[in-house]
Amino acid sequence: MTTLNRRTILQGAAATGALIAAPSLVRAQAPAIKVGILQPVTGALAQDGEYGRLGAEIALNEINAAGGIKSMGGARLQMVFGDARSNPEGGTAEVERMQAEGVAAIVGGFASPIVLAASQAASRYDIPYICDVGVSDQIVGRGLKNTFRFGPGFGNVTSTALENLVKLNDAAGKPAKTVVIVHEDGLFGSGMAKLLQTQLPPRGFEILETIAHPTPSRDMSNVALRIRALNPDLVIPSSYYAEFVLLARTMQQQRIRPKGVYAILNGAASNFRFVKEFSDAANLVMDCNHWADPRKPKTAQVKALAEQGGRFWLYNTPLNYSCVRLLADALEKAGSADRAKLTEAITNSTFADHIMPYGPTKFVNGQNQGAAPVNTQVQNGDIKVIFPTEFADAKAVFPAV
Amino acid sequence: MLKLDIFLSALANGLMTGAVYALVALGLTLVYGVLHIINFAHGATLTAAMFAVFVMHSVFKVDPYLAIFILTPLFFGLGYAVQRFVIGPASHGDDSNILLVTLGLSIIIENALLAGFRSDTRSIDVPYGFSVVEVGNLFLSTPKLVAFAASFLVALLLWLLLARTDTGKAIRAVAREKTGAALSGIDVDHIYAVTFGLGAACLAIAACLLMPTFLVNPRIGNAFVLVAFTIVVLGGMGSILGALVGGLIIGVVESLSGLYFGESLGQIGIFLIFILVLLFRPTGLFGAKA
Repeated sequence: MTTLNRRTILQGAAATGALIAAPSLVRAQAPAIKVGILQPVTGALAQDGEYGRLGAEIALNEINAAGGIKSMGGARLQMVFGDARSNPEGGTAEVERMQAEGVAAIVGGFASPIVLAASQAASRYDIPYICDVGVSDQIVGRGLKNTFRFGPGFGNVTSTALENLVKLNDAAGKPAKTVVIVHEDGLFGSGMAKLLQTQLPPRGFEILETIAHPTPSRDMSNVALRIRALNPDLVIPSSYYAEFVLLARTMQQQRIRPKGVYAILNGAASNFRFVKEFSDAANLVMDCNHWADPRKPKTAQVKALAEQGGRFWLYNTPLNYSCVRLLADALEKAGSADRAKLTEAITNSTFADHIMPYGPTKFVNGQNQGAAPVNTQVQNGDIKVIFPTEFADAKAVFPAV
Repeated sequence: MLKLDIFLSALANGLMTGAVYALVALGLTLVYGVLHIINFAHGATLTAAMFAVFVMHSVFKVDPYLAIFILTPLFFGLGYAVQRFVIGPASHGDDSNILLVTLGLSIIIENALLAGFRSDTRSIDVPYGFSVVEVGNLFLSTPKLVAFAASFLVALLLWLLLARTDTGKAIRAVAREKTGAALSGIDVDHIYAVTFGLGAACLAIAACLLMPTFLVNPRIGNAFVLVAFTIVVLGGMGSILGALVGGLIIGVVESLSGLYFGESLGQIGIFLIFILVLLFRPTGLFGAKA
């Protein structure tokens, strides 16, 4: 038989006290900061949206595992996810919901039309909005104080792409003279085609034809046949993933082999899924696009995390990873989730610990000045960097035939 | 001017696609010929069949060509049941009611698919999706060639069924003179339902032939039905030969205008033909005088 003595009672009291105190310990921790992650995960752009979300998740997990936002008492970041359903209306609807849930900021959007609409909706509530991919120059050209773009814009990407194309062609002894432009007939593709039509002739390229196609489209036979008939040296495609894959496979089917396929901001040419699934059709396709910096050790870590569970390495993942890390850095500096203070902190941000090849952030009118695209080429089942030469890990194979 | 082999490739593409169009039009023209109604649910049924192929392939791993033998009887049964137990009773023998019932059915089917599969565009990936058969300088897509041959086979079988079997005789009798057929002992309701079932079965076959090279979303049927209506008008209402020839003509026109006027304007040729036929030969190429 046990008797109650003083020690047992004290022990019991201490235990009870600890139990009662425990909830207040939880309460003492800083409240979580809600971060809106907006991506199209259903509809035509679902694949890109999924990989964007993956990047955001990796960053959020990493930040929380490292102790959250230290200047705010170790506050953890909590994701409020919104599906933009591949259209601008879906994007704005989710911004309204995120506003109702009280997010501190929103990251993502992917496609230009979604980013344009969503950032405008967010500006009505002064929610800081960091665009991940959308390249339309209008995004940062509207004077919205809340809207920032971490990656390069359309004008920047295309001028780099053209510069590198000329370098590439000159180095090979100018084998390419004639060009066929293939583009999707939406905002992105048509804008690109218009720009190329004015920019290519002064650089010594003759445009044989500009072929538009709708998104989605499931038959590229006629486009391929026209290319076969025109027999250009160079094909420049600007389409989303599914259509370019279809075009590349149809060109392969019809044995169409131009001297080069030089994509600009193409949805497939810097996508490991395309490279792995259709390696013959993808081989030697070049692209000028977003790409993570292979020199940074962090890139390999994020890539390894992203590839867990059989996923592929797409540029969406490192871009969104970096954008969320940029936001966390701004929260750290602001020491507050107050939207005005946070906007101020992003505006003055000099964040360098991202995995894109950009250098520290410097926003002018919302555009990150150091942002730059990279030229890649698919070579034997791998995606290699061919420009800029500072960190290229392969020489361009051009002409391909 | 484009080179000859480019023209021939586009021509071959058009003929192969046209054969599948013809198959879709066959169902429509058959139902019109017998029931004297336009089946507005035709497009939605095709969409449902294409989703059925998609589910068979992605969930049960059944090859689309193998799925023909499962989905054709299934859709025949569904078509039979819908006419016998829904459209027939709901129409009370009035043609304008039938139109409305089929229109209502199409809305229900489309939205059920939208609810079940969302608005995503989906496709299936089969290993032979991009394989080719070389004919001289032409590289013909194998799945399209299969679709071309199968469509002709189905048209032939349908013609044999109508011309040589008792059921076929009964269908033709009902089409010609409903009351007379009923008086000579033909179960008119049954024949109506059989015809409707045959229409749906044609769509199931068309769906299986299309899916290896095509995409599906809940609204895809509409694109085909517009083309099928044009074919039926061009070939003559109720004519099987008309549907076949009309389908091939429309396929070629679409392919060539796509090649010469660009992808976004490709369909313009189809509707030009539609208007021209209505203006100059309203009964179609093989239609009887109205």
